Amino acid sequence: MTVLAITEHRRGELRDVSYEVITAGRELADELGGELHLGVISGDVDAFADDVNRDGVDAIHTVDHGEEFNHDVYAQAIPQLYETSGADVLLMPNTVNGLDYAPAVADDLDLPLLTDAIALDGGDVTEVTREQYGGKVETTFDVDAEAYALTVRPAEWPRAEGDGDAPVGAVDVDIDEDAIGSEVTGFEEVGSGDVDITEADVLVSVGRGIEDEENIVLIEELADTLGATLSSSRPIVDNGWLPKNRQVGQSGKVVTPDVYIAIGISGAVQHVAGMKGADTIVAINTDPSAPIYDLADYGIVDDLFDVVPELIEEFGGEAPNL
Amino acid sequence: MKILVTVKEVAEVEDEFQISGLDVDESYLEYDLNEWDDYAVEEAVQTSEENDDVEVVTVTIGPERAEETVRMALAKGADRAVRVWDDALEGAEYLSVEAKAELLAAVAEEEEPDLVFSGVQAADDSNGATGVALANKLDMEWAAVVNTLDLDIEGEVAHVHRELEGGIEELTDVQTPAVLTIQSGINEPRYASLRGIRQAQQKPLDVHGLGDLGLDESTLDADIERTSMYEPESEGDATLWEGSAEETAGELADFLREKGVVEG
Ligand SMILES: Cc1cc2nc3c(=O)[nH]c(=O)nc-3n(C[C@H](O)[C@H](O)[C@H](O)COP(=O)(O)OP(=O)(O)OC[C@H]3O[C@@H](n4cnc5c(N)ncnc54)[C@H](O)[C@@H]3O)c2cc1C
Ligand SMILES: Nc1ncnc2c1ncn2[C@@H]1O[C@H](COP(=O)(O)O)[C@@H](O)[C@H]1O
Repeated sequence: MTVLAITEHRRGELRDVSYEVITAGRELADELGGELHLGVISGDVDAFADDVNRDGVDAIHTVDHGEEFNHDVYAQAIPQLYETSGADVLLMPNTVNGLDYAPAVADDLDLPLLTDAIALDGGDVTEVTREQYGGKVETTFDVDAEAYALTVRPAEWPRAEGDGDAPVGAVDVDIDEDAIGSEVTGFEEVGSGDVDITEADVLVSVGRGIEDEENIVLIEELADTLGATLSSSRPIVDNGWLPKNRQVGQSGKVVTPDVYIAIGISGAVQHVAGMKGADTIVAINTDPSAPIYDLADYGIVDDLFDVVPELIEEFGGEAPNL
Repeated sequence: MKILVTVKEVAEVEDEFQISGLDVDESYLEYDLNEWDDYAVEEAVQTSEENDDVEVVTVTIGPERAEETVRMALAKGADRAVRVWDDALEGAEYLSVEAKAELLAAVAEEEEPDLVFSGVQAADDSNGATGVALANKLDMEWAAVVNTLDLDIEGEVAHVHRELEGGIEELTDVQTPAVLTIQSGINEPRYASLRGIRQAQQKPLDVHGLGDLGLDESTLDADIERTSMYEPESEGDATLWEGSAEETAGELADFLREKGVVEG
């Protein structure tokens, strides 16, 4: 059984997940007793192919068409790569772009699809582990099919290292320009501003547990008292309670402070992507099963409205009346 | 113009819970309108308010219980709702993305919408896949993870921002008809007004079974089977401070002082 893994790049650079799908794909190919092929689509495909030519890769197929990711190009190219490479399993990154083509490609090829896998166990029936209910539980699925499609969660598998010597072949795929109904016209960077949370040594971070905009002052006061910087999870920014440059996570900032105090934050995967590199993580959350506790070094399973005022007072501050 | 919005009633697990069989025991689940679909409904309703003759129809695959959530979407301004359910669906242990996309596609083929809004992900299953799979079935264009939408109805193009990782947005033009998966934060979802809630009771809510949609049980056959659910073993070994709020806050304060990150 051959595994075809798709790499990812943006604005001229391969993304980390490209090396991770090699590791995941190699492990799965070994369990299935088959080869690992890679697909490299658009951009500087020769340079990219060279970079991902790592230990364990059996063949690399390139499609030289356009510079940046375009889902219509991917959606046309991948089924053709899948056919020409004789692949059975299609492995794609569970990234924002992965989710912009993987479901369409799987549907096109009539392959069952499981997304955001965190563990794979290949066999006659392949077992796929994923999360449900915001990471509070894990679920296993049996995929009972000869051919199937998977997307794998970024940063779950280590990067493949070691040079490989897989043959690289350009594939002349047929791209129907008329069927391309979308056009990428540019990029925009958001979330800059006067505060740079990535520079802070101590971050006090507030999540949806705060309930109301009026209550944010409580966490602000704590940050002030500690001489720390205030950051937040996404819903706080979505609600317009704090500006975008305070958001920690996949679509916000990646922070690596000495201490990260997560207050009323559940620890969703997209949040964790932005703060798991913190030296020490402290969680204050009423829910002992919140995934943030899988990651935290210290925790207080209690109501933030009881704990935070006490903490402010410990340091001589005055807790605001809510 | 017609906008079809896919709306899911999602289950939320209480703090303390138990798993029985392959799912969390029903008594520990609470149900609500999926956060991302709330934004999708709002985007559709705003579009209908800003343009003439826009009808907003919601579609939900779910049991009768889900009607509370559907009525909420109607109270927020959707005009009409379709709910898909029957005994065969009731009996299915797990609905794959493919099966759900097939059911939604059957409804969309009847409704012939100009736009379909769905959520980036369902908060409970987090497949993040249903909208784009649906687009492929309908042979429509699509864009995933849209956090800005500027619609040119006459020009039949949607100018969207797709929110990528790391604070980067991709600016994309998508031909309509299209399926857009809506990201949270794109707008400010309204609360249902009392008047809206009252009106919602009068709005049409049709229920279709597989047969009504020209489908049969084979739609639900999946090569994918859920085999277990469990609470993950904690990878970290967090030290949990216990006691009154005063005591735990004291422990945390001591820790911060010892670490030298905070003085005083
Ligand atoms: C494509 C994509 C990108 C995303 N990017 C990001 C991102 O960059 N950053 C990000 O943060 N999220 C991101 N998300 C959203 C993410 O999936 C979660 O929805 C979000 O992180 C949840 O935020 P939260 O933990 O504050 O809220 P919730 O998950 O609702 O958690 C609130 C927590 O507060 C606790 N709580 C409630 N009341 C109290 C109390 N009184 N005292 C103490 N604790 C209390 C609850 O137990 C719960 O654990 C993204 C999602 C998608 C699909
Ligand atoms: N049972 C359902 N009924 C209606 N819409 C759904 C259903 N399941 C998923 N969707 C839609 O598809 C989106 C993505 O869901 P998912 O792919 O399961 O993460 C949701 O935000 C909904 O808009």
